[in-house]
Amino acid sequence: MATPILKVSGLKKYFLSSGGFTGRNKQVIKAVDGVDFEIYPGETVGLVGESGCGKTTVGRTILKLYDPTEGSIFFEGQDIAHASKVEIFSIRSKMQMIFQDPYASLNPRHTVGEIIGAPFQIHTKLSKDEIKNEVQSLLTKVGLNPEHINRFPHEFSGGQRQRIGIARALALRPKLIVADEPVSALDVSIQAQVVNLLDDLQDEYGLAYLFVAHDLSVVQHISDRVIVMYLGKVMEIAKTESLFKEPRHPYTKALLSAVPIPDPKLERSRERITLVGDLPTPANPPSGCVFNTRCWKAKDICRTTAPELLTVGSSTVACHFPE
Amino acid sequence: MTIIYLMTAIAEPRKELAQRSPRQIAWMRLKRNKVSMVAAGVALFFVLIAFLAPLVTKIFNVDNTTVYPNVLGDGGVPKGFGGGISWHHPFGLEPGVGRDLFGLLIYGSRISFSIAILTSIAFVAIGLFLGISAAFIGGLLDNTLGRLADFLLAFPTTFMYVALAYPLSLRVEAMGLAHHNGARIIVMVSVLVVFSWPGFFRVVRSQVLSIREKEFILAARTQGASNMRIIFKEILPNLWPLAIVYLSISLPGYLAAEAVFSFLGVGVQAPGSTWGLVLNDATNFWQRDPAYLAIPAGMVIIVVLALNLFGDGLRDALDSKSDR
Ligand code: SF4
Repeated sequence: MATPILKVSGLKKYFLSSGGFTGRNKQVIKAVDGVDFEIYPGETVGLVGESGCGKTTVGRTILKLYDPTEGSIFFEGQDIAHASKVEIFSIRSKMQMIFQDPYASLNPRHTVGEIIGAPFQIHTKLSKDEIKNEVQSLLTKVGLNPEHINRFPHEFSGGQRQRIGIARALALRPKLIVADEPVSALDVSIQAQVVNLLDDLQDEYGLAYLFVAHDLSVVQHISDRVIVMYLGKVMEIAKTESLFKEPRHPYTKALLSAVPIPDPKLERSRERITLVGDLPTPANPPSGCVFNTRCWKAKDICRTTAPELLTVGSSTVACHFPE
Repeated sequence: MTIIYLMTAIAEPRKELAQRSPRQIAWMRLKRNKVSMVAAGVALFFVLIAFLAPLVTKIFNVDNTTVYPNVLGDGGVPKGFGGGISWHHPFGLEPGVGRDLFGLLIYGSRISFSIAILTSIAFVAIGLFLGISAAFIGGLLDNTLGRLADFLLAFPTTFMYVALAYPLSLRVEAMGLAHHNGARIIVMVSVLVVFSWPGFFRVVRSQVLSIREKEFILAARTQGASNMRIIFKEILPNLWPLAIVYLSISLPGYLAAEAVFSFLGVGVQAPGSTWGLVLNDATNFWQRDPAYLAIPAGMVIIVVLALNLFGDGLRDALDSKSDR
């Protein structure tokens, strides 16, 4: 493959919790704690993990909604982790985001035309009529009626709203779209439509997606590669096919075993892995391998030494005892 | 495949809400509320009369300065039924001095409404500005404003005003800003505003803090929207309903407050006239001329009630929780 469009290395994002009334018990929350991966043009990379594993934070930090604590983010070869405001502004149009909640992601007081037209107002000098034309062609693109340009978000269903959000993200012809659980708030019947739309748009515009989700079946459907995160760290990165066929990391295995298989015979015969214990808090992650408190293969070394991300077969895995 | 999902996607939006802006939906809800529509009519009627006072009094051929001593009988009480009600004096006369009560009340309502409207607009504007600033800038400014608001809210407004009215009026006069009733009105509005903004400020601040975390603000940020654009284009439109509700709900309160202060003798003073002042005077005559007390009291009650009912209706209509 060509050069990556996005290359993230050593990315860390720590938050300070406010720490109660006196502010004395401030805690450092290690939401993202050293993450490396890259995304190639036109590729879809799934980012999965339980809620609270830092996957949303990764997406938002890449888009510089948060300032990274450490590490670098190369977008088209330019390090944007510590770029100036002006530099960031110029790359905003190339990286966009689709949000999880189609109700909260559209301003209820704006018309569809204003919502989708905003990026044009901010980044271009197009006239009102030109913006209107652009908006209407975008509406057609995402499967909405261009005559609904003056309607308000409340007049649309959840799936239609998500299409409006997609049109807004698409407005300035971005190269990378971070989709933060874009279908998890939708009905199952509508999820497929939206996923198909994302697929079609990818073919048409050569978009790259970072598809953040916790629903593995959606990720399996849409992704070329999958990143598995746990407690702010990458556990495994692999091609979708090989990840689902032969997961190397114990955590990936556990995640996959929770996905129902449509075939009842297979479903009954397979072994299920139930993780014991709770997700540790990112304020105080376990030493060594962060998964060691819940891993059934954990040995002494897992509690003292953090495993490196190493290539095993066709996967990259952070584990001392990969499968 | 593509065609099929396109067709399902263009399915009609919900009928009732279709083609309506949030404002139109609020208006639709308000229209359905008969009580508050009637109340709105009554309130509007009084406000119009107040601001068209010169015209209205001309039509009735009365004013608020001419005295009619020959209509007054023993002890200054007007002759005839209901305090001297006649074609020429529809509300009768003022006992003692002998001015036309209709003219007095209409010109009086001008002052009362002006004070109430001025106070409401000022405290809403200040609350919006400071609330947005505090929530957005945060840090020291937020802390300072928060403490100041707590501090001011701890004072009883009425007592503060009664204590401060006289010395502050003298101050204003000494500065040459205004004299007599002008100075008292300035002081009244200022004191009411100073003690009123903190409540609204707190509501605005918490609203802005919650709106700020909404995904549509993040969306604006990913597009590279400036803070100014986010405040004016994304946040402010979501605060208007709140501001309008506060405005309409506080209006009758200030109307009543003006009446109370003038009644207590710390507000507008004779020879000016406001409803409170007339009521104060009326207590001297209430046995011999009950109509002189009943008419202005009735007017205050009707207007305050109408404004309150209208404000309630407006709040229900603008309630964004039922927007979905
Ligand atoms: S390093 Fe050890 S604890 Fe961590 S996943 Fe591998 S086996 Fe389990």
